[in-house]
Amino acid sequence: MAVELDVFVGNTTIMDEEVYQLWLDGYTVNDAVRARMEGGVLDEFDATADVLLSDTMDQYRTFQMCERLLHSPAKLANQLLFQIPPHRQTMLIERYYAFDDVFVREVLGKKLSKGTKKDLDDISAKTGVTLKSCRRQFDNFKRIFKVVEELKGPLVENIRQHFLLSDKLARDYAAIVFFANNRFETGKKKLQYITFQDFAFCAGQLINNWTVGAVGEGLWLLPLANMDVDLDKEFLQELKELKVLITDKDLLDQHKSLVCTALRGKTKAFNEMEANFKNLSRGLVNIATKLTNTKDVRDFFIDLVEKFIEPCRSDRWTAADVKLYLTHYTNSAHILDTFKHQVVWDRYMGVIKSCIFKMYHD
Amino acid sequence: MPGKLKAKIVAGRHLPVMDRASDLTDAFVEVKFGNTTFKTDVCPKSLNPQWNSEWFKFEVDDEDLQDEPLQITVLDHDTYSANDAIGKVYIDIDPLLCTEAASIISGWFPIYDTIHGIRGEINVLVKVELFNDLNRFRQSSCGVKFFCTTSIPYSYRAVMVHGFVEELVVNEDPEYQWIDRIRTPRASNEARQRLISLMSGELQRKIGLKVLEMGGNAVVGYLQCFDLEGESGLVVRAIGTACTLEKFSSGSASITCPHPSTAPPSNACNSPKDGKELVFGEELPLSSGPPTPFRALPSSSSSPPPFSPSKPCSRQSSSSDTDLSLTPKTEEPLSVRRRPGIFLCPSSPILSADTLSLPGSGPAGCGHGSAHRATTPALPFSTQSDSALLRKSVSFTEDLLLAASGMGSGGSAGKEAGPLKTLLRQQTQTTLEQREFPFFTLTSFPPGFLVHVGGVVSARSVKLLDRIHNPDEPETRDAWWEEIRQEIKSHAKALGCHAVVGYSENTSICEEVCILSASGTAAILNPRYMREGCLDVGSIDHRFDDPSPPNCGFCHIPYDELNMPFPAQLAYCYQCRRQKVPDVLFTTIDLPAEAAVTGKGCLIQARLCRLKKKAQGEVNATAISNLLPFMEYELHTQLMNKLKLRSMNALFGLHIQISVGENMLLGLASATGVYLTALPAPGGIQIAGKTPGDLNNEQHVAAIQKRINDAIAKNKELYQINPPELTDEGVGSPIPEPRQRSRIFRSHSESSDELSELDLSHGKKDAFVLEIDDTDAVEDIHSLLTDAPPPAGFHSCSTETMPGIYNWTSGIQMFTSVRVLRLNNTNLTNQGLNKIFTDLCENLLKSFYFKLRSTVPCCLCHLNFTVAVPEEELVQVSVTAVAMTFDKDQNQEKPPEKATTKGGSETEDQLQFPLELSADSSSTSPQPSKISGVAENTIVSTRAVSVDYGSFADRCSTWLELLRLKAHTIRRGSVKTSRRTQSLAHSVSSLEHCSPLPEGRSRSLCSSRSFGVGSVTMVKMTPLSFLPGTRIIKYLGIINMFFIRETTSLREEGGVSGFLHSFIAEVFAMVRAHVAALGGNAVVSYSMKDCVLMENPNKNQAQCLINVSGDAVICVRETDQEQTTNTGQTCGTIDGAT
Repeated sequence: MAVELDVFVGNTTIMDEEVYQLWLDGYTVNDAVRARMEGGVLDEFDATADVLLSDTMDQYRTFQMCERLLHSPAKLANQLLFQIPPHRQTMLIERYYAFDDVFVREVLGKKLSKGTKKDLDDISAKTGVTLKSCRRQFDNFKRIFKVVEELKGPLVENIRQHFLLSDKLARDYAAIVFFANNRFETGKKKLQYITFQDFAFCAGQLINNWTVGAVGEGLWLLPLANMDVDLDKEFLQELKELKVLITDKDLLDQHKSLVCTALRGKTKAFNEMEANFKNLSRGLVNIATKLTNTKDVRDFFIDLVEKFIEPCRSDRWTAADVKLYLTHYTNSAHILDTFKHQVVWDRYMGVIKSCIFKMYHD
Repeated sequence: MPGKLKAKIVAGRHLPVMDRASDLTDAFVEVKFGNTTFKTDVCPKSLNPQWNSEWFKFEVDDEDLQDEPLQITVLDHDTYSANDAIGKVYIDIDPLLCTEAASIISGWFPIYDTIHGIRGEINVLVKVELFNDLNRFRQSSCGVKFFCTTSIPYSYRAVMVHGFVEELVVNEDPEYQWIDRIRTPRASNEARQRLISLMSGELQRKIGLKVLEMGGNAVVGYLQCFDLEGESGLVVRAIGTACTLEKFSSGSASITCPHPSTAPPSNACNSPKDGKELVFGEELPLSSGPPTPFRALPSSSSSPPPFSPSKPCSRQSSSSDTDLSLTPKTEEPLSVRRRPGIFLCPSSPILSADTLSLPGSGPAGCGHGSAHRATTPALPFSTQSDSALLRKSVSFTEDLLLAASGMGSGGSAGKEAGPLKTLLRQQTQTTLEQREFPFFTLTSFPPGFLVHVGGVVSARSVKLLDRIHNPDEPETRDAWWEEIRQEIKSHAKALGCHAVVGYSENTSICEEVCILSASGTAAILNPRYMREGCLDVGSIDHRFDDPSPPNCGFCHIPYDELNMPFPAQLAYCYQCRRQKVPDVLFTTIDLPAEAAVTGKGCLIQARLCRLKKKAQGEVNATAISNLLPFMEYELHTQLMNKLKLRSMNALFGLHIQISVGENMLLGLASATGVYLTALPAPGGIQIAGKTPGDLNNEQHVAAIQKRINDAIAKNKELYQINPPELTDEGVGSPIPEPRQRSRIFRSHSESSDELSELDLSHGKKDAFVLEIDDTDAVEDIHSLLTDAPPPAGFHSCSTETMPGIYNWTSGIQMFTSVRVLRLNNTNLTNQGLNKIFTDLCENLLKSFYFKLRSTVPCCLCHLNFTVAVPEEELVQVSVTAVAMTFDKDQNQEKPPEKATTKGGSETEDQLQFPLELSADSSSTSPQPSKISGVAENTIVSTRAVSVDYGSFADRCSTWLELLRLKAHTIRRGSVKTSRRTQSLAHSVSSLEHCSPLPEGRSRSLCSSRSFGVGSVTMVKMTPLSFLPGTRIIKYLGIINMFFIRETTSLREEGGVSGFLHSFIAEVFAMVRAHVAALGGNAVVSYSMKDCVLMENPNKNQAQCLINVSGDAVICVRETDQEQTTNTGQTCGTIDGAT
């Protein structure tokens, strides 16, 4: 006696959120049934494993049929095949585009190419996220990347409108797209401690301050694509001017004394700060001046860690120390009368400051 | 008589990529009607083309408008090769031909391809201009409204019910034409879809013509079916009830149509009489005077004049059966009231019926009113089982009448329709009887329409299909149905009824064998709905003339108790105490609104498999017809057992399906069981061992008995069946009054005690004995006990609504589920098969409960199971039903305006009755015994008659009883009652109903069901005739769609399940789109008539045909009165603007 066929179709499409999650997580039908049984759904409701299997199969089929629509969520709202109440549609989309931080951390900054896709099984093994789920998440990244790549206007807004995602999720995807586009290196061992959310925050900072779109309304009319995705080339050029802060000996000494005066007595790590000032300043300014180089853009985060965070950490600066130091370091430059690049400096340091704050933890 | 059809193609969206190179499509559209085709421009390189075409105008006959669908084909333009078809949309423009229905079709339609399914959507505008000044009622029947709904549609009232209309058209199936060998599957499927669309259009037009001839303007309960007869052709047939409907003005509608959510469903039939009927109910006690048994009582309007017992009922007098005397008749209650009946007394064994004395004419020819003929009293099915009878060399006929015993069969009388008609004509006839077939496809009726219900009548016939040679003269098929209908009619007559309600027909085809079945409920109707104009003129007079039957009236037997057509045990009605009721009542209709029900109802199913040998032609047909009576009998036994196990006494919405396969027959009977307050309490089930001496066996029997009793007790609790204390005992062995009273009170105070009491009473007056004599019986009992009750929070029924639940909330979820089981084991026994089949049905139900667990408390209504044997080892069950939520917190009694007040006044009046009676019994002690004595005599004589008629029980098909078939003890009749107990029981049950339940559950459901506004109109679908919490303000027309889907990549589509899943979803989508385009937001009376699946996994192929129908409506939330008028205005403006 084999069940040859077993379907259940509701006029309003019935979807169980729990099963949906299992499906998204890449469980096979049998695993899902097992998981549901362990979840105790049978205890709540007197039913047999057969019933559970039949239900799970139905739901899986429904999700598979819906998947095509979920690839372009706007279609879900005006397709006719499934009658799904709007709030359920929102849930379906949001969950479908949700991702695992552990997974995204692995592919962050990598090229969203077939090559990367081939490595997904390694990532799956490493993160414990099922391969199926990895593929879905990877494909989501790629799909969103492809769509927004060709769109003008603010990145987050584009993602939100085209994929009907929540603000939070749209921002995360913006970060992923931004990282993938600029190919930031995030995989080095030294960067392992930085979470996706840290990076997402940094990406937000970069998008909001260093891209073309960030500068102002006027530039929106420029026929530039990817205003939010690419860094502002002009700005990167201007950053070269900051070099004067480390090449001009007077300026460097003046800057140091100003910072030290302000810091004296305010922190236990004062001595280390004084001793390391030139090193640290050189590090930060060098990062700035090299950003015209695509290769160096990729190493932006690793440079931050190597040139600034690691030295501070080895000197046991607290987060408060870092904050204090950077604040004064930034502000003191304004008092330097021979330093003319205040605007560029602020635009640069504002981002550096907040990125370092975010990244400065264990 | 032409009309102008105009169509405009606006835009497309989500088109599939047709050009791989560019990932785009160059789409254009062909619009075809009849032989005229228009084309739009090509919209290059777009998946969301904007055509914005001109209005394409077709000038056509309205006959064509009715028959033809508008055919829209979307194609991909290809410069060098042939254009590729993307898909098609067929639009039935019938709704536009009715002034009262839709005025424009406008919306997005899924573009459907029979191979690829839905491929994008297209936005279309369609309008029709009919030239009204011409005589357009020649060949066409524009303007006749069609409703699938099997009751008078909301916001309409029936001015007149004309009666049965039927038609069938046949054609060659394109799938079997020679050309099919050379054309693509797509072309073949499309040819078939188009043909069926044409045929159903033609059918509808022809039925419309018949309705116009009868003077009606609408068809209600329109039921259209397809018979895919394979080689021999394609039959599309339809039946319906012709009516003259009149629309309420919106103002009056809002007043006179209480909605189901606040009123019991059929109350909401919106008859304008509603209020008046209520008045009747209250007036009745006054007009009838003090209701003691010795006083003159008005009999119900259709009750015949009393006959003196000695007067033999001649055939002529039988006509007075339907004679309507509106004056109350006075009768001595103890004198036996006679009603002439027509009884079938085959003078010779039925089998010889081939040439002359046809059973069909039998009843007319030899009505022996009270003749006590000692015909063979052998078990009817044994005499009948061999009654296979060959007519012609090709057509083999075996008609099966569901006898009282569930197993009659006999030759059919199709060819003899002529003589029968002449005979009928000789009779003095009422309006009803002048009709060839006094059948009604309705299942619920305006109050007062249904006077008495006799029982289920049904007939089956096995035919061998042959090629239909001349499609224009579908005589054979017509004759076949004619035959069956005659059969049904004669059964109804045998039950003393002049009409059949809840009538339906269906077929089951396997290769060249076809089982035709028809069933309905024999009934006596109030003729005022049948008489021209009387409703308008006489509505006020009727109030006084025509004593409305009490709310138990429909339970009263329509036949003469001395000449019962089958053995049954009668008792005085437990509500009015005036008339006799049967102990069990089976019907195919919905529970009448006025019926008083104790407790809740539940779904009762009987399932049965019978193996048969594979055979061809006549041998096969003979084998099938030999099996049929046994199946009917067993199904009936199962139903009866299950009914008793649930302590219920009536079945509503009974639907029995027998499906034929190559090597087996499947039988499935579904119904809603209830406890009708008017009917006596059912006896329990007693188990008897065959060998009494065996100690082991006796223990075994006792154990089973205990299980059965426990099950009954549990069910009583579950379904809240707390019937009024039974007083039957008082007759045979008089129980002192005081004791009885004390018992009553005790039962109220201690519920646990009550149960044991009730149990005892089973033991005492068991009418039903199951004998365990072989393994079969043990199996039966086990299967009896395996039916699991629905889990907490769930109810299920096969009728429109659940008796006992009245406070529906607006949450609904319609679903279709199909399951196919492959029987791998080739040497299965009947028992094994039964078990598999039963489990299949039970598991399906369990699945539903599980899937819908988040919607509790809810009721699965209109559970409609369809079984089929698509291939040798496959069993297919398809179910369409709706889960409806209800509010447990509210008082579950019927709404006050109907039952509570009425019931209250009733109780008051009736209270006098038991008081008098008990006074009688206590003061004059001999009197009760005298009464009971006489009563007993009456019953005894009845029994004597029934034994005599046992032999023809098979001829008169009713489901009313089967008590005698296995074993039984005599049940004592009673004329005594205690009304007080009943009213007390009522109050107790109402208290229980009130028990508050956690609020959160129902609320969570409400929130989950609150649909927001999407870009696509939400279209609700339901198999019921109403939507809880809403009011239907407009019927937009009938939806009748037929789709074929085929795949040659079955595996890639997820196997058969994946294939069918998406197909069903697509069908839903297309129905919703059509409804939305008509301006509607819901489909009521939705049903999936056919779901034929053929698969060939080895070839990676599958094909499926689905036929669905329903009524497109606009409904508004009941609370939004303003919105109602707004919507109305909007409709108006649309009309004006376009």
